[in-house]
Amino acid sequence: MSNSILTMKDIGINFGGLKAVDGFNIDLKANELVGLIGPNGAGKTTVFNLITGVYEATEGEYLLDGKPVRKASTAKLVHNGLARTFQNIRLFEDMSVLENVMVAMNYRMKYGLLAATLRLPGYWREENERREKALELLKIFDLDHFADTNAGNLPYGKQRKLEIARAMATNPKVLLLDEPAAGMNPTETEELMDTIRFIRENFNICVFLIEHDMKLVLGICERIIVLDHGRILAKGKPQDVVRDKAVIEAYLGTAEEEEEVAEDGNAGSQ
Amino acid sequence: MNYFITQTINGLSLGSIYALIALGYTMVYGIVQLINFAHGDIIMVGAYVSFFTIPTLQSMGLPLWLCIIPALIICTLLGVVIERLAYRPLRESPRIANLITAIGVSLLLQNLAMKFIGTESKQIGVIFSKQETAIGISPNTIIIIVTTIILTLLLQAFMKRTRTGKSLVAVSEDYVASKLCGINVDHAISITFAIGSALAAVAALFYISTYQQINPTMGSLPGIKAFIAAVLGGIGSIPGAVIGGLILGICEIFTRAYISSQLADAVVFGILIIVLIFKPAGLFGKNVKEKV
Amino acid sequence: MMDKKSIRIKPSLPLYLVTAVALVLLYLLVMQLDNQVYYSKILVLMLINIVLAVSLNVTVGCLGQITLGHAGFMSVGAYTAALVSKSMVTGSNIGLPQYMLALLCGGIVAGVVGIIVGIPALRLKGDYLAIITLAFGEIIRVLIEYFDFTGGGVGLSKIPRLSKASQVTIIFWLAIVCVVVMYVIMTSRHGRAVLAIRDDEIAAEASGVNTTYYKTFAFTLSAIFAGIAGGIYAHSQGILQAKTFDFNYSINILVMVVLGGMGSFTGAILSAIVLTILPEVLRGFNEYRMISYAVVLILIMIFRPRGLLGRSEFSLRKLARIFKKKGVNGHE
Repeated sequence: MSNSILTMKDIGINFGGLKAVDGFNIDLKANELVGLIGPNGAGKTTVFNLITGVYEATEGEYLLDGKPVRKASTAKLVHNGLARTFQNIRLFEDMSVLENVMVAMNYRMKYGLLAATLRLPGYWREENERREKALELLKIFDLDHFADTNAGNLPYGKQRKLEIARAMATNPKVLLLDEPAAGMNPTETEELMDTIRFIRENFNICVFLIEHDMKLVLGICERIIVLDHGRILAKGKPQDVVRDKAVIEAYLGTAEEEEEVAEDGNAGSQ
Repeated sequence: MNYFITQTINGLSLGSIYALIALGYTMVYGIVQLINFAHGDIIMVGAYVSFFTIPTLQSMGLPLWLCIIPALIICTLLGVVIERLAYRPLRESPRIANLITAIGVSLLLQNLAMKFIGTESKQIGVIFSKQETAIGISPNTIIIIVTTIILTLLLQAFMKRTRTGKSLVAVSEDYVASKLCGINVDHAISITFAIGSALAAVAALFYISTYQQINPTMGSLPGIKAFIAAVLGGIGSIPGAVIGGLILGICEIFTRAYISSQLADAVVFGILIIVLIFKPAGLFGKNVKEKV
Repeated sequence: MMDKKSIRIKPSLPLYLVTAVALVLLYLLVMQLDNQVYYSKILVLMLINIVLAVSLNVTVGCLGQITLGHAGFMSVGAYTAALVSKSMVTGSNIGLPQYMLALLCGGIVAGVVGIIVGIPALRLKGDYLAIITLAFGEIIRVLIEYFDFTGGGVGLSKIPRLSKASQVTIIFWLAIVCVVVMYVIMTSRHGRAVLAIRDDEIAAEASGVNTTYYKTFAFTLSAIFAGIAGGIYAHSQGILQAKTFDFNYSINILVMVVLGGMGSFTGAILSAIVLTILPEVLRGFNEYRMISYAVVLILIMIFRPRGLLGRSEFSLRKLARIFKKKGVNGHE
């Protein structure tokens, strides 16, 4: 248990009598790639919102890095090691790619108003340190050539990458990706899978993602949690989960579809 | 008669004027999410139209309140034209651009009036008697309150019962979906502006019959207060606008009567601040939160 | 390939020198105009408007939130500075140290009022924020008229002034300091956080930006400099009346920001200059001033919703880069 980064025990939330999520358990460790899947309206995004402090759970226990989380703002949770991307890309469109990343480093920057106003040495030193760090990060995502481009002018696939780069710039222990492959073509999805694997291997962090693209989920996730009607339906290794009777009924529908998906999954994990 | 009751009735009378203006705000905001700053100035236009028609009515020996007819026609047209020229091109723009445009239209109307009619106040003769009757209330007050009640009920029935009214409700609920359902959104928005402006013309008549004085900026303060009434009642809600208007009118009159006439406006704005902070959706409004 | 040296940003001495020389030249030009009393008045008004427009640009342009109560903060600064200097000085002239102290007090009190107004108001967005700041602005005005120590409805008079000879010089450099301070803050990490909130508040929060703090920060910064501008105004006019700082005054400042380009310091400065001079240059225009303001406002929103300059800035670095490029092309 020592290396658990994020733990949720019996988490539930009520929206005016409706249980959107009920008895949710999760234990995320460093260097893990975990997927959250489920039909539309299963409560996946609600789980993300509970983790990031947008909603507060009405029951259960939530530990981040061993410390209990109560009434914390999203920003505070980010400072404690939680980063996320959004289903519908949210970038600072009128700022440059580099600035997008540097905004995410802001909370770790120290120089005060006086140093900023008088442009004291501390300002130059820290700005430059962070600029270099930011560019290194952009390089990993193959975005360094776009450093001065306005984020809003990037092509779609690059915008998704920049959003992940920005999340990484907060120095997270857990990275939450909300449907990262949404709207991507197969080539872009392949590239994204490589990027996600790369992040996990090189930054030693846990990646927890929501995704509908089964090829991506089965291709890179080591564990999968299936959510239906706000409850965990199944969890475990991808191969086992897609063969689970309950999952097939609730989520995959017919047996034929299941075979297709399983094949896709094998292809992706090669 | 008891001072307290007199003041309450004065409050209801002023509140009715606010309510009529607030209805226009609430309907327009409900359908295009725009604080129509020019709405108050439509009242000013209505008042000036009345001012210029009254001498003719007098010479023809007709009752003065008939000035409402040209005022209604011109205000309704003006409201529709403003929407068509200034707001429609901006429908897809950021909200901030719409708000600034509305401020621009308001400034334009005020300054056109100042330039071409003059900045000085003008007096208007008695339209409805303000002499107290046997029951202690003047005909003016009775007419204002009763007309407001009737118009509110008619408007409510129009929105609930008629096809056109239902289409207005649909557009304010979901703009895109109503478009897909084949509702003519442009038409619905024009009708909303027309109704709002017509009600403003009625408010203008009551305003001049009560205060008997007009000037080019007369519309802005009642306009802002009526907007506060709409927020208080819950923006988009018709009964809310009326109740908000009445509450506001009573608060204002009571502050003038019992505390200080100087502070009346501060109290009204204070109410707005408190409502916005503690119940931003107002008394009858719905809470909307941005989806992540 | 980018090497580490090329990506570093560093203070550039030549640029600073060019800027300093340009400012001194500008100053000499201004002083040339100042010799005529008529121009002197306009110059002071212009400088005040520049500080006001730039300070409002911090909230409207950089934070992306419309406020309609900027004149309220200005009046708080004006009355505070006037009361402070009236209590320090008995004659009709004020010395520079006392003047600066009075302005500082005006800025601080306006800033405190900014925090008090900002914390509750900034929970709202868009139209609602606009209307609540309008309400606060009006309440400030009504309260100033209500209390006796502010002179009530009559207002304050006999506020000590700077000596005629030094007035424009002091206000000129003061305005430059104000603009520079706001600009450097907005181009630091603090400003970056504010701009991020403008672009996407939810994403900013998810990137670790404490949005509540930075919204209040920008709002307060804006209020402080509006207060300082108010202090300058009070001492140059010599009299104050609460009704000057009404809703229309707030709108006038907003027009400057909107016209110049929301988010552009250069735009705010230029439009403050143009909108101060225009009515003076075109006598006939003055009659139609407000009408044309209104029409311009509507047309700009329809055709250039981000203002004439949008968010772009004039910068010597950019200019230098353009010239360098031209030079390279010339050699080929």
